[in-house]
Amino acid sequence: MAQTLNVLIVDDSAAIRKILQRVLQQTEVPIGSVYEAGDGIEAIAILNDKPVGLIFSDINMPNMDGLQLLGQLRANEAWKAIPVLMITTEGSQAKVMEALDLGASGYVRKPFTADHIKDKLVGLL
Amino acid sequence: MSDALDRQMIVDMVRSSTMRVCSTMLSLDIACRDAYTEMNPPSGTEGVVSFIGLAGQRAGTGSLHCSSDVACSLASSFLMAAFESVNDEVLDAFGELTNMVIGNLKNQLETHLGPIGLSIPTVIYGRNFNTRSLGHQEWTVVPFLWDGGSLDVKVCLKETKDGEPSVRHGWKHEFLLGV
Repeated sequence: MAQTLNVLIVDDSAAIRKILQRVLQQTEVPIGSVYEAGDGIEAIAILNDKPVGLIFSDINMPNMDGLQLLGQLRANEAWKAIPVLMITTEGSQAKVMEALDLGASGYVRKPFTADHIKDKLVGLL
Repeated sequence: MSDALDRQMIVDMVRSSTMRVCSTMLSLDIACRDAYTEMNPPSGTEGVVSFIGLAGQRAGTGSLHCSSDVACSLASSFLMAAFESVNDEVLDAFGELTNMVIGNLKNQLETHLGPIGLSIPTVIYGRNFNTRSLGHQEWTVVPFLWDGGSLDVKVCLKETKDGEPSVRHGWKHEFLLGV
């Protein structure tokens, strides 16, 4: 049986979390568990408890934003190798560049299709 | 640079942005109708309205309007679940749709106007409410046909004083009146 990938989706929009889950199912990439967090703090709590192989993270979020989360991930020995794809609407180049500098593996612009996500995953896995 | 941006260009940008978001996220081609201008939205609105502030060399607001039935239909396609009445999930989906449409519009506007900031979207649902813009700006309205109803994307942009970034001065807000 093919190894499955556990995914953590971090976005303050429940709609985007739901859409991304649906799109992930359409990529034909073997996905295991999908965990959801509404901000960076919730994401850290999940990472402390669950094995995660890939993270999608929004940049602009309350409490702890995507860049702060990324900084914490890359500073932590247990999490620093987890690929992180940033989700962005406006394609703000400055924030995307900052995320890439902090160690993001790539980024996805909304709107996205299953093919966009699949291309990103194939490039990473 | 902003002189080169006329109303028809804004209409074309709104159309391409909305059609792209709908075809990508909803896998549906949405039909557009003739664009028009209005000074203030009509009173007695029913349904769902969203607003996002735009601030830069020009400042203003991007807005989506539709009936509650159309909002439920959009959310059903967006989230692949049936919604028969407006709830938090419908409003969340509508806010995200607004974010994408106006976010993509902002990207296109930036090629003419330089950097533009976006506010977080606000979504309002109700019956018999009025919206009003204090600046009395002209709104460009681009209607689209959706599931027997209309989804209207509205944009008003006003040149800021001396081209200075409007975020330093603030801009005139939308007001909402419930009856």
